[in-house]
Amino acid sequence: MKFIELKNVNKTYSTGVTALADLSVEIDKGEFVFVIGHTASGKSTFIKMLYREEKPTKGSVIVGGINVAKLRNRKVYKLRRKIGVVFQDFKLLPKLTVYENVAFALECLGTSAKDIRPKVMKAIEIVGLKEKIRSFPHQLSGGEQQRVCIARAIVNEPKLLICDEPTGNLDPETSKDIMKVIDNINKDLKTTVIMATHDKEIVNRMKKRVLLIEHGVLTGDYLKGSYKSHEGV
Amino acid sequence: MKVFRIIGRSFRDAFKSVFRNFSLSMASILCTTITLLTVAISLVVAYNIQDITNSLEKELTIVVYLEKNATNEDAEFIKSSIEAMDNVEKAVYKSKDEWKNEMSEYDSSYQSLFDSYDENPLLDSFVVYVKDVKSLDTITNNIKALDKIESASYGKDAVNTMLSVFDFIDKVTVVIVISLIFVTAFLITNTIKLTIYSRRNEIEIMRLVGSSNIAIKMPFVIEGFVIGFLGSIIPVIITIYGYIILFEKLNGHVLVELITLISPYNFIFYIALIIMGLGALIGMLGSLLAVRKYLKI
Ligand SMILES: Nc1ncnc2c1ncn2[C@@H]1O[C@H](COP(=O)(O)OP(=O)(O)OP(=O)(O)O)[C@@H](O)[C@H]1O
Ligand SMILES: [Mg+2]
Repeated sequence: MKFIELKNVNKTYSTGVTALADLSVEIDKGEFVFVIGHTASGKSTFIKMLYREEKPTKGSVIVGGINVAKLRNRKVYKLRRKIGVVFQDFKLLPKLTVYENVAFALECLGTSAKDIRPKVMKAIEIVGLKEKIRSFPHQLSGGEQQRVCIARAIVNEPKLLICDEPTGNLDPETSKDIMKVIDNINKDLKTTVIMATHDKEIVNRMKKRVLLIEHGVLTGDYLKGSYKSHEGV
Repeated sequence: MKVFRIIGRSFRDAFKSVFRNFSLSMASILCTTITLLTVAISLVVAYNIQDITNSLEKELTIVVYLEKNATNEDAEFIKSSIEAMDNVEKAVYKSKDEWKNEMSEYDSSYQSLFDSYDENPLLDSFVVYVKDVKSLDTITNNIKALDKIESASYGKDAVNTMLSVFDFIDKVTVVIVISLIFVTAFLITNTIKLTIYSRRNEIEIMRLVGSSNIAIKMPFVIEGFVIGFLGSIIPVIITIYGYIILFEKLNGHVLVELITLISPYNFIFYIALIIMGLGALIGMLGSLLAVRKYLKI
């Protein structure tokens, strides 16, 4: 069985909007996959299927052996512990320092104090924010805040890192740095990365597998390096 | 181990948020205090009333006089009929001679009165002991309906008045206590709702990183518990010292010797324990309502 397997997935929201139609795709362990498409094409909906923020209306979603579509509300946390999620808006807790924000994720899971420290330090080192460990979010730049979010997402060593437009609020230079961090996580930690983005430049430069979604339909699956921006978006 | 850490964190968070939403928390705590004080007073009164009623039950008897021509067989039959009635403890026979002796001993002027008769002018009787004072009236009426009964009676008015006053106090306190508990739970629900709202970002992140639902709900339930507990401190102190002082001031009696108060030791600590438990329970009830209503997970 593949690490991630979506079969004939349909998603129709209660408003009647069909955001995904008959979408099937397989993703291996350790892959780096971009999800691209116009606005409202269904990228975020696709992402939300993976961490069970939304349930498919039809079809099956399997992530790391867990049948996400059939997962009960009470059990969703078991899936979430295997996945790190990063968003465009940073969702940091303003009254906690960088260290505390990252440690928060582990405290929530009841990790013991002596295990928390080394894990948090390692994650913060990976995103290159060791000097700012005592800073509060409002004392950081956008790029630095996003690094904290990434550190929080990987601190529990998830098998899968999901990013929904992580560079959406950042300038091109900062975006580049963030992408380097994410790429390193994929290469060094063997973490599978799935990232939705609008940013053609990033997609062109990094030469990864690309999934193109148009009006909720998967219209292109370009293997590593085969995507050229003129072909699609 | 994990569970303890999560509970420990929940307590820390609960105290923090009590201080963060200080004014509303204070309102909830005060409301709990008032409610619990009322409950404490009601309980003390109710237990004492129960105690007094119990001792009255032992004192209260129905005196049944048989008709002059009643035979021994009649007396036997009446005795078994009375004892077959609901709530009758026993019926003790007391002959007219026993009455005569007793009365003569009590006051010698009766002696000369009795001497002026050829025959004992009194009647044979039964003294009926009941299990429940509330049934005195019914039993008396049932006895009157039997054959060969001259009269049956008990200290009707005094008892009836006392019982109806007790009954009234009971009902009023139950209504007051229940309404206060609802008001308090409602206020605590609103306090917790505010905490949930002020921590919605935190909750979102907790869900995202994989906190179990119990771990997410726990801090709020414990916050309710803490509010209930803080609210019970003053009532517990007032109840314990208040009752002990009252008991000593009154020498253990209300109005007459017959009505004695329950001795404070053990009793009042038992009440204090109930109050504390109830405070924690109301707090958790309020927060559970809030969690169910406002924490959509
Ligand atoms: N919770 C929701 N309820 C109803 N409709 C929704 C919901 N979320 C998304 N939609 C609709 O589903 C469609 C796909 O939305 P989605 O957010 O997946 O697009 P997207 O590709 O991420 O867009 P963008 O690039 O702007 O982020 C849109 O038409 C949107 O309006
Ligand atoms: Mg989106």
